[in-house]
This record gives sequence, structure tokens and C-alpha cells, in this order.
Amino acid sequence: MNDAVSFSGWQRADGRKGIRNVIVVAYLVECAHHVTRRIVNLADNMDVHLIGFPGCYPNQYAYEMMRAVCTHPNVGGALLVSLGCESMNREKLLSEIRASGRPAELLVIQEAGGTKSTIELGLAAVKRLQSEAAKVARVPMYLNELIVGTICGGSDGTSGISANPAVGRCFDALVAADAICIFEETGELIGCETIMADRAITPELGEEIEACVAKAEHYYRVMGFGSFAPGNADGGLTTLEEKSMGAYSKSGSSPISGLIKPGDIPPAGGLYLLDVVPDGEPRFGFPNISDNAEIIELIACGSHVILFTTGRGSVVGSAISPVIKVCANPETYRRLAGDMDVNAGRILEGEATLDEVGEEILQNVIDVASGKRSVSEELGHQEFILTYKAFEPIGPSCLPVRQIQ
Amino acid sequence: MTQTADPVAQQKPALAPVILLHPEDNILVCVKQIHSGDALSIDGEVITSQIDIAVGHKIARTALSAGDKVYRYGAPIGSMTDAVAKGEHVHMHNMKSDYIPSHTRSRQNKDRSES
Repeated sequence: MNDAVSFSGWQRADGRKGIRNVIVVAYLVECAHHVTRRIVNLADNMDVHLIGFPGCYPNQYAYEMMRAVCTHPNVGGALLVSLGCESMNREKLLSEIRASGRPAELLVIQEAGGTKSTIELGLAAVKRLQSEAAKVARVPMYLNELIVGTICGGSDGTSGISANPAVGRCFDALVAADAICIFEETGELIGCETIMADRAITPELGEEIEACVAKAEHYYRVMGFGSFAPGNADGGLTTLEEKSMGAYSKSGSSPISGLIKPGDIPPAGGLYLLDVVPDGEPRFGFPNISDNAEIIELIACGSHVILFTTGRGSVVGSAISPVIKVCANPETYRRLAGDMDVNAGRILEGEATLDEVGEEILQNVIDVASGKRSVSEELGHQEFILTYKAFEPIGPSCLPVRQIQ
Repeated sequence: MTQTADPVAQQKPALAPVILLHPEDNILVCVKQIHSGDALSIDGEVITSQIDIAVGHKIARTALSAGDKVYRYGAPIGSMTDAVAKGEHVHMHNMKSDYIPSHTRSRQNKDRSES
């Protein structure tokens, strides 16, 4: 039944389809952040989003992430704002965005006359980009063209009982409809590596999954902290592996079709694990300094919509792709109802079953894909964070689907 | 009489405030705030809780000793560092990770300053 579900998407020139038509305004170094923010604030449009990278030093990962998000199917155009002396390759980025068929413009503050004139030029550029993006054709889009990512944040002892397994039911339904589903945070899957490897579609992929969790464990051990916040303990979680087991249930019960890294687009319908922990010895600090770093990586892998489960109560959304928030804890839901899309806490109070809430989450995905604003989107949440990282390309065993095709 | 006047309450008996997630688990999870003095039913035995226990927290399903593995979802989630009696709170004060130590706001990494 679900594969017959259709909604109206934006047909991009590169063949992909989006569920939003966002103009991104990107600062290419922190020095250009204020000017860029002013352009976005003055544009005052729900579909003009602020993104950027603060660093002045070069980083391949940051470049690839900027390219991936500026050419995301939900993006209809991009304005790049450079100070002028930072190392981000702005000309290459500009030409790659244009090569994807999207309108893109570049402003260099040092050449554009400084703060005031760059803001004025930026506002005019946003208007041009909006009128170009408005010409993009609307076409029918189906569940098998949708990419859905999931993340948990502010987890507590209820997350793994209600919201996370309910998202797992939704993922099972989406995978059955041949959609692409992505789960992530290998540092929060420590302790689940063997059971997860058993779900891989090939033994070689299973080995890659175990190796990537071992890498995460080593990385976090060197950093001195696991991915475990004080609020997790306040909410009844005691250990990282307890948190992991709860987080893992978001993946549902489908076979795992591949292991990807930030910026890799899954090649076909199925369930994929996103490895978010950098390769090599720790260099740039914690793998993901906060939830939105992972959300942006899910989006860089093509996620049109994000399912965010929370027990303690997160309020975030994201730039580029809408975030649907599923609250695990009924007490948290009562405190923060205005920030939540789905109350999975009803499961704990005996008012709904996991299957019913899973179905409700799926309906929310379809509604948001059809244009309905998610709660965080409506509230104007457009968080974005991108920091330094280093990755090697994925190995040949990571995407068996690609080899079969 | 006020209790039976509510048709919903008639259909659904009051929820046990703790749930068993997997038959092999040795902990139960609190799904409704427990107050000190509340009676809990654990595998048919009624026990009086000596402390408040918040939603999402764990209590021992059986007496546990230091070194025992703790099972939740049927999977090991760490080890006991202290003994507990049936029905007692299982958390940071008597349990630890078998992987990476957990930190709290007051107990940070030993190599870093406490804040």
C-alpha cells in the first residue's frame, strides 16, 4: 500500500527530487558569518537558510560536506559568502553547484566593499536565486525516492522502550516500500556490533561494521569520554552500552544493506549505517560535538527528512531538511508538547502500541514530504554545524548493493 | 466511586509502574514516577520502595552481587560494582560500563579538571 503513496517533489536538473526548495546562504569562514546571517535575517523567509563552515584552514571533509549540502535535492539555489582570504575553494564549490544545475552566486566581502554593501548585494542575490528556484518543475515523488535519516538526542531510559523502537517500525515500513533509511552514530552503537553485523547482507559487510564500531570505541577511549551526556544519566541510563542498545532499536529489523560515510549517497532502497567517526588517530576533537553535526551528515547523505527521538527533550530542527521529533518520555512530552511532533510516551502509559506510533511516525513522514511543516520547522529551527574531520573513502565491501548492480 | 465513574479506568487497570523488557533481564524499568513507600510488584512479590525512582530508571529484579552482568533488552549493559537487594535502584552508584566509563557533571574524566 505504501509504495503507492505519492507527493509533489521538486525535479532537480541532476535527476534527484527534493521535498523542499530551499535557498542556502553559506559563509565560507567564521569571518563572513555575521554578514551572511544578516542577509538571511533580512531575507526573512522560512526557505532561506543559513549554513557555513567556520574554519580558515583547509579540510577535504568540510569541502565535500559543503558541496553535498549545497547540491542536496531540497536545495534550489546557493549564495556563497567569502571573506576573501580563507582556504575554502570557493570557485570550485561555486562551479560544482552550478554543474548540478542549481543557480549559485558568490560574494567576496573584501572585493564587495565590506559589510553593508555585501549585505545589500546578498539580498539582491537571494531574490534572483529565489526567482530561479521558483521555476523548478514540480513532479510526483514516491516513497522509493525518499531518503530518511534518524538520530536520537537527549536520550533517557525511556528512549529505547518507546520512541526508538517506534521509529524502527516506521523504518521497517519504509524499507519495505523500497525507501532508503539511514541510522548512525557508531559511537552510540558500541556494544551492539555483533548483533548488528549479523544483520549485514554479506559477511564482508558484517566485518566492516564490526571494524567501524571498534574504531569508534578506540576513538572515544582516546578522547576520554564516551558519547554519554550527564542528562543521559539523569534520565536513568547508566552506561554507554545501555544507551547503545536503546539507540540501536531505531534501525528496526531490516537487513543492513551498506555502511556509508558522510556525503555518500546510498545507491538503492534499504537500510544503511552511517559511520560518523573520523578515520585515523584522533586529530580534530570529538567526532560530533553535538546532535546537529550528525544531522548535517545524514543530510549530506541525501536525507530529505530526519526522525529525531528524544527522552529528555531536545528542541532542535535543521537547515535544509525538516526534522520530525518523536518524544519517548510522557513527562517530557507534557513539559515540551509545543516542540514535539509525535508523543511516543503514550506507549509507556498504555495508550498506544509500538505499531500504532510507528504508523503515526510514517504518516508524519508522508505529510512532511507532502509539504506540511514539521513543528521545529514551523518554529524556525534551522540549526547547522560543520567542523573539522578526516575520513578515508569506504572500502569495497561496504556497499554490496552497488557491486550486484 | 469516582474511580469507577471513569470508563477508561474501568477498561484499563492501573499500570504497574515498572516493566520487564525481556524475560532474561535482571532489571526492571520504571515507567511512572515511584515515590518512597509505594508498593511494587516484582514477579508477583510485593516490595515497598524505600526511595523515589524517576521514569526511565532501573530497579533490580533479583538480588545482585558485585561483578554480576546487568541485562536489559536481553543484552548485557554493564556490571554491578556493589550488591543490591531485589527492588533497589540500579544506577551510576552501583553499576559500571564494560566498555567506556560514563561521566557526569561532577565526575568528569580523571585526566581533566573537575568542574
